[in-house]
Amino acid sequence: MMRLYKRSQPSKFWIYAAPLLAVVLTFLSGLLLFALVGVSVPDAVYAFFVEPLSDRYALAELGVKAAPLIMIGVALSVGFRAGVWNIGAEGQLIVGAIAGSAVALKFYEVDAIWVLPLMCAAGVAGGMFWAAIPALLRSVTNASEILTSLMLTYVAALLLSYMVHGPMRDPDGFNFPESRLFHDAATLPLLLDGTRLHVGFAAALIIVLVVWIFMSRTMAGFSLLVAGAAPRAGVFAGFGKHRAVWFSLLFAGGVAGLAGLFEVAGPIGQLLPGISPGYGFSAIIVAFVGRLHPVGAMFAGLLLAWSYLGGEAAQISLNLPVAVTNVFQGLLLFYLLAADVLILYRFTPEVVTPASGSLNTDTVS
Amino acid sequence: MFNFKPKHILQSLLLVMALGSTVLSAATDDAFKVGFVYVGPVSDYGWTYRHDVGRKAIEAEFGDKVTTTFVESVDEGADAERVLRKLAQDGHDLIFTTSFGYMNATVKVAKSFPDVKFEHATGYKRAENVSTYSARFYEGRAVLGTIAGMMTETNTIGYIASFPIPEVVRGINATAIAMRKVNPDAQIKVVWVNTWYDPAKEADAAKTLIDQGADIVMQHTDSPAPLQVAEERGVLGFGQASDMKTFAPKAQLQTIIDDWNGYYVDRTRAAMEGSWESVDTWQGIKEGMVGFGDYNTVISDDVKAAAEIVRSGIVGGTIHPFQGPIRNQSGEEVVAEGNVLSDEVLLGMDYYVEGIVGSLPK
Repeated sequence: MMRLYKRSQPSKFWIYAAPLLAVVLTFLSGLLLFALVGVSVPDAVYAFFVEPLSDRYALAELGVKAAPLIMIGVALSVGFRAGVWNIGAEGQLIVGAIAGSAVALKFYEVDAIWVLPLMCAAGVAGGMFWAAIPALLRSVTNASEILTSLMLTYVAALLLSYMVHGPMRDPDGFNFPESRLFHDAATLPLLLDGTRLHVGFAAALIIVLVVWIFMSRTMAGFSLLVAGAAPRAGVFAGFGKHRAVWFSLLFAGGVAGLAGLFEVAGPIGQLLPGISPGYGFSAIIVAFVGRLHPVGAMFAGLLLAWSYLGGEAAQISLNLPVAVTNVFQGLLLFYLLAADVLILYRFTPEVVTPASGSLNTDTVS
Repeated sequence: MFNFKPKHILQSLLLVMALGSTVLSAATDDAFKVGFVYVGPVSDYGWTYRHDVGRKAIEAEFGDKVTTTFVESVDEGADAERVLRKLAQDGHDLIFTTSFGYMNATVKVAKSFPDVKFEHATGYKRAENVSTYSARFYEGRAVLGTIAGMMTETNTIGYIASFPIPEVVRGINATAIAMRKVNPDAQIKVVWVNTWYDPAKEADAAKTLIDQGADIVMQHTDSPAPLQVAEERGVLGFGQASDMKTFAPKAQLQTIIDDWNGYYVDRTRAAMEGSWESVDTWQGIKEGMVGFGDYNTVISDDVKAAAEIVRSGIVGGTIHPFQGPIRNQSGEEVVAEGNVLSDEVLLGMDYYVEGIVGSLPK
């Protein structure tokens, strides 16, 4: 009989070993899964893990897919550490994309260098505006930002639908719901020729660095951590609770809005009824798999992107149904989060005595 | 801190990889490769399912001479281009992209792979190596609208619609026109769900419409969920895209069956023989692209006869689903008696005709 005991302090060993253990467990479960659906295991492993990294274009696509996940994941982790639960980054992404697209379409014929920066500014402003609504409701009426930010995501999706069916619809597009294709001046520069890797990926890395420095080296970052870890202590030390709410939401909203703008001005090139396959929600997973640390979130974003691309590759080269690839991704995330228990708890074999269960209040069953 | 590096796994996998790559290279290289990109899962039992039936028809027709591949549930945003490019790079000779949202990605990737043939469903952009194809589903709707108009007792038809694009609006209008011809008092109530495939949302919409008095529900979404709700609540409905009788044996009055088999086999043969050309195809009941299931036994002979008259009239060219006089919602005549709407107008349809409650989202 094994029992879980809380460690007196987090295990240094398992901090590093837990993710590796998770990968090994995923791998073993994956073998079983692939064997069950009748796919050659080496082929499946190759398709899932190697094909997404197999050439220059594939690597660039990893960056394209990871950029929004990293940006938003890092930005959300700041708020989560401060105890501000912004679940609505998807909505902030959408509104940022709409605002940036409005600039692109307003200056449709203008071939000037300032168009793109103005679009970026509009994207940030749009995302911040959408995040300001839950911040305002939280600080004035104490409404839970979890609910308000999430619900505003659905409002944002409908706003996007309205825009592409109405004011921002391509006038030459037979009434189909999409905007014109953006001009070159309104399209992101590429980092690698012949691929879709755009400057948004570089921006994501800069955001990782900035947040890392901010959280570990600045007073403002420290006050956010205190506000999250011990709200009352934070208040006594003069770090207002509302300030953490406003800062976290506006920051994540702005970054999500920028990520949305990058999607429409980068790989998509126009405003569509669906611009994000749920990056704002996946970024929540990224933040937690990355242990709410910016560098962790960067790796987690890459990992998640890698698993998406692996899933596509497995469908194409092995004809695996999408459900199998989703199960495999789910396994990976499940083990990553589950293995974290080893950092704070230890397994100890125990001689079972009838009374021992009720006496050990610190155990987890 | 997080110490998870992709590199580590890679190294540990080298051995397995070496094994894997030998197995992969054993695959046949000379077979003609046909790829499919689907917007939903093949198990939607509607739109995507029928395209997948078409894919299997290609396999059945050509056997070892072709291999087919599909990628399901591909997002219509940034992901589509990557999936298409990968299919082309992996040596697919002919690629079918089966949703409107793949249009610009298809045209873009086609430019980089001039030797690969692309076929885009329901779009309007073509190129030297990009064809477009669609079915005149509105012809099928005219038959269903006739049945619905004659069988409704509450004079209320519920209609679950996906997105207000011309294709969907055309279907609603064709239903309304046919329905009002046999029952001038009947009305259509529309709920927009803003999705092609979301069984829970589709089911909720069906419940709402039934609660508002609809005794027949129709849908322009991809799952059998609305029909299942109709079955549960003891009202009637229609299948969509495929025969959904097994999901609702009592409720399904009739169904439109998308039949891509003939087109897919023809186009694959043309591409294999080198006679493939970029074309725009829009076929209906006559050519077999729009098919039907069996009439439910609850349908009386009168109703069945009326429906058959519409069906055979469309096939014979004596009936057009958009034949004047047609009035819009405010009662103005938009098509005069004796005229029919041109394909061009149909392709950009953005207004409701008489008999539909509510306004079209813009």
